[in-house]
Parts: sequence; C-alpha cells; structure tokens
Amino acid sequence: MNSEIDTAPPPPPLQDTPPPTKAEARGATRPGDRIFLGLSRGSGILLLLIMAAIAAFLTYRASLVLTENEGNFLTTFEWDASAIPPNFGIAVLAFGTIVSSIIAMVLAVPIAVGIALFLTHYAPRKLGGPIAYVIDLLAAVPSIVYGLWGALFLVPHLTGLFSWLDEYLGWTGIFEWQGGAPRTLLTVGILLAIMILPIITNVTREVFRQAPQMHQEAALALGATRWEVIRMSVLPFGRSGIISASMLGLGRALGETMAVATVLSPSFTINASLLDPGGGTFAQNIASKFSEASVQGRDALIASGLVLFVITLLVNGLARAIIERRKEYSGANA
Amino acid sequence: MSHAVTTRPLNSARLPRWTPWLVVAGSAAAAAGIGLAAGLDSRIQWGLIAAALFVLVTYALSAKVEGPRHAKDRIATSLVWVCLLIAVIPLASLIYETVARGVKVLDGYFLSHSMGLIADSEAGGGIYHALLGTLQQVALATLIAVPIGLLTAVYLVEYGRGRLAKTVTFFVDVMTGIPSIVAGLFVLSFWILILDFGPSGFAGAMALAILMMPIVVRSTEEMLKLVPNELREASLALGVPKWRTILKVVLPTSIGGITTGVMLAVARIAGETAPVLLLVWGNPLINTNPFDGAQASLPLYIYQQYANSAGSPAAYDRAWAASLVLIAFIMILNLAARGIARWKAPKQGR
Repeated sequence: MNSEIDTAPPPPPLQDTPPPTKAEARGATRPGDRIFLGLSRGSGILLLLIMAAIAAFLTYRASLVLTENEGNFLTTFEWDASAIPPNFGIAVLAFGTIVSSIIAMVLAVPIAVGIALFLTHYAPRKLGGPIAYVIDLLAAVPSIVYGLWGALFLVPHLTGLFSWLDEYLGWTGIFEWQGGAPRTLLTVGILLAIMILPIITNVTREVFRQAPQMHQEAALALGATRWEVIRMSVLPFGRSGIISASMLGLGRALGETMAVATVLSPSFTINASLLDPGGGTFAQNIASKFSEASVQGRDALIASGLVLFVITLLVNGLARAIIERRKEYSGANA
Repeated sequence: MSHAVTTRPLNSARLPRWTPWLVVAGSAAAAAGIGLAAGLDSRIQWGLIAAALFVLVTYALSAKVEGPRHAKDRIATSLVWVCLLIAVIPLASLIYETVARGVKVLDGYFLSHSMGLIADSEAGGGIYHALLGTLQQVALATLIAVPIGLLTAVYLVEYGRGRLAKTVTFFVDVMTGIPSIVAGLFVLSFWILILDFGPSGFAGAMALAILMMPIVVRSTEEMLKLVPNELREASLALGVPKWRTILKVVLPTSIGGITTGVMLAVARIAGETAPVLLLVWGNPLINTNPFDGAQASLPLYIYQQYANSAGSPAAYDRAWAASLVLIAFIMILNLAARGIARWKAPKQGR
C-alpha cells in the first residue's frame, strides 16, 4: 500500500517457511528445546527411579536376611539379629509404633482442629498472624531438639501425671504404673502429639479457610451462633480435609526416629499398661540398634525399615488421594 | 381488630461483654486457692483446674441468662482458646529451656573447638567439627537436590501433561512423607553395604538430598504456577524458544519464591539426625573432607552428647548449647526465607 513511506525493512517472503513437521507442531523444534525438555523430564523420571530404587534395594537386602531368620518375622518377640542364625521379629515394634501413633493422634487431632478453627474463625485479626507464625516455628524445630527437651524436661515432669493416672485410672489396666521412669509409650505418644500438631493444624486450616463463605453467611443470617455456623457449614465441608491432615500427621508419627530414640527406654516385651516399659518403634529400633549391629544385623534393620516404608507409603498415599478427591468436588462447589 | 400479638424482643438477653474477663480472673483465683489448699505444687495442675472452672462457670452463667444455644457457643469458644494455650505451652517451654540451659557454655571457645581429646563426660570442647560437617553435608545435599527439584518442577508446570506428570506429582507427594530413617537405610543399603564405601559426609548428603527434593519440587511448582501466562505468551510470541522463555522469563519472575522454598527445605534437612547417624557416624575430630571418613554433624552431636555420656552434666550442657545453635541456625534461615518472600513478592497490580 504505502510502502514508500514505510521505514521498516520488508518482511521476509512467507512462502519460504516450510510447513511445520510433526515435531515442530508439538513445540520441540530447536535443539535447545529438546535438550531442556529431556533434562526436565529426565529429572521427573529420576525421582520415580529413586522411589523404585528405595523399594528395590530395601527388598533385596531384606530378602538376604529373611531367608536366614530362625524366628517368624511377624510374630517373634525378640531382636537377636546379629546372632547366627538370626532370630528376630517385628511384633513388638509394630505394637509400639501403632500404639504410640494412636496416642499421638488422639491427643493432637482435636487440639489441631481447635487451633485451625481459632486461626480461621475466632482469632482477632492482630493475633492470627503471629499465632500462625508460632505454629510454623513448632514445625521448624528439629526432632532431635524435641527429643532432648522430651528426655531432660518432659520426662521428669510427667511423674505427676503418671501417678495421677495410676491412682484414678489404674483399675482400667491400661494406666497401671509400677513406678519406673516415665519413658514409656505414653510419653512417646505425648511428645509425638506435640510434634505432629503443626502439620495437622496447617492442612486443616487451609481447608477451613476454603469453606464456602455463602453457606456461613446464610447460616449467620438465619440467626445461628458462631459455633452453629462452624458445626453446620465449616466442619462438614472440612471433614475429609481433617481426615487427610490426620493421616499426614500419622505418617510423620509413624516414622519419627530421634525423638522416640531419646525418650523411650525400649524393651522387647508387650505390656498392656501404657505406663510401664514395653514396646519400641520401628524407627527407634533402627537408630538404637544400628551402631552395634553386624552386616546381617543391619540387613535385619533394613527389613524392618522396609515394613515402615510400606506403611508410611500407604498412609501418605491414602491421605493424598483423599485430598485430591476433595479438590475436585470443592472446585465445583466454590 | 384486637389481634393478640405476642411481642418478643428482637435481642435476647446477653451477658455483658466484660463477663469472660471476670470469669477468667475468678477461676484463676479459685484455682490458685484450691491448689494452695490441696498442696498441688505443679503450676500445670493449677492451670488445668482454672481452665475447667472457667468452662463450667461460663456454661452455667450463659445457660441461665442467654439460653442453651449461646451457652454451647461460649463453650466452643473457650475450648478453642484452651486448645491454643495447650499448643503454645510446649513451644514456650522448649524455647525457654533451650535458651536458658544453652547459654551456659555457649561462647567463642565452644564454637571454635572440636571434641578431640575430650571424653564425653568431661567439661570443655565444642562444636566446630559438627558445624563444619553440617554445613558441608547440607551444602552437598542442596547441590544435588536443587537442580533435580527445579527441573522436575519446571517439567510438571511447563511441560507436564498426561500420565507421567500425574505419576510424578503423586510420587512427589508421597516422597515428602518418607521417614528420614528410611532414606538413610536406602543409601546405607546400596552405598555402604553393596558398593562397599565407608561412611562419609557425602553418603549422608545423598540421603538428605532425597528428603529435600520433594520439598523443593512442591514449593517451586507453587511458585511457577503463580507466574502469569501473559508473560510466557508475550515471550513466545516474540519468537523466543520455550527453553529460553523458561530460563529468562519464568524462572527470574519467580526466583524470590523459589529461593524461599529452597531455604525452607535447607532448614528442614539441617536438623535431620537419623540418616546422618546411619551414614556419617559422627566423629569427635575435625574432618574437613566430606568425601572420605566419618564426619560429625550438629544434630548427631546433640544426640551423641545426650546418649553416650551416661548422664554427665557437662555433656548435657553441650547438648543444650548445640541445640541452641541449631535452632538459631534454622530460625535465621526461616526468617531470611520469609524476608526474601516478602521482599520479592510480586506486587499486587491494581
């Protein structure tokens, strides 16, 4: 048209551009692009390979010692893994791990839900931020420091609670106390509860925050009190979130090592009373038996670690699956 | 037209606003009285009695004046506050104990000397070797984990469609939940038991890297998702290749958030003890080479001072002081990470 006054160079002839090939249409035309895509996809695949390798190597080492094992891996109440032939089983460890984690959940979940509600629905605006920050700090404290605090501060302060429980609830059998140092599964449960509180709080808080505002305002408009609003519109919405948050916390509690290893005085017996020594946990057993174990003993510890790995994998996978499902329907509802 | 209308007030009776404070004061005083009378010496018991009294009195008052629905509401409110107090108590106690018992031996000498020639039960010695070990191991782990984590996150956000991306996302989530001791056992099984290498800082760093990767992936993923698509489209429309778009536009835009995520991940693994226990073993002497021989590390030092000393007060003091240093290190990382997040945060456009 007015090409005489146009200062820009003429555009290159269009018909010279070849039609896009299949690879170009996908967007990976230049070598740089291909290398970069390969690198980033490669790291994704590497992560999967690491997970697979963890399972494979643990299984391999475990199989070496499990074929030698004299006792039954699931039911033997002993850990004589360095002896020849070895004789060990995870019955006591499974008992201790499950019991201490259940105690931790029973103590931590209601309190965590309470704090999450506080942060989303009760806190004065000025207080909410700092409190959320404090909860994050709780999460950042390393487990060995919890262990040290638990062993040197919490344990001496628990004798009062133990004698109280023994006096008033001793008849149940669960809370009988012979008067030993309070380094038992109950202590471990209490310490684990403190340690998993932040993760449960943080996940539930996020869920409560997403509770539909409309429902809450509607309930308020009908004259509901704040508690009725929470009970009728926030908690039902957040139920699956609470469940998956609890399972994430459970995964933490199951695998916690150093805090348990410092606080618990383990014994390879099972005791009905939570206040008397009895039981250990998978992770604690590995940490405390490792240094004096022979190669065969290490393989036995690896076998118990494999069980722990599978359990935590299942718990975490389930928790994530629940969260995923909730995401889908909450998207439709929002 | 005499239609009998029952008039009800629009506002039901409420307790005055200062009631809760009065009840707090009353129940605290009563609890102190009961505690003194019954000879309870634990302040925690006093607190529990006060909390129970507070809840009961509030319920009774409110049920009488305001009716059962409001009474329930008040109970819920006070229970939520009680939950908060219960959570804050252990943290406050932990920080207080660590600082109070940690400052005793914490000085320049403690930071600059190792435990060579000093038995665990004797006084003296320091954490220089452990600090050095922790810094080297964490740095190595970061070097391994950050590139892999960043690239994986880039793959998931920029390229990932279909089944592979979904699988990776799922397993990254699951990987965040791997107990640290299992990561340690994995490296132990192939690096030490099968390949027959000895313990070293590098072996520990590999396990720490496994723990760090999923955290880096998750946080980087979140940050990359925040980069507006307009930026990518503008760059691509100018004919910039996709990989250069990612390197020059997407990553620089989100670099603040990514740095924050990496620092939080470093803070998280700096306190890990279990893998270090299995793979690095600990060493009272200074070992500056992370690729050969047992090394010390700060969290492991705390554990060994506690566990190997048979209750010696000097060792406990060192354990507390080392805890204080470790917590301080982690808190500084956390604060710095948050600072960077705030400083580099994308400004809210209006």
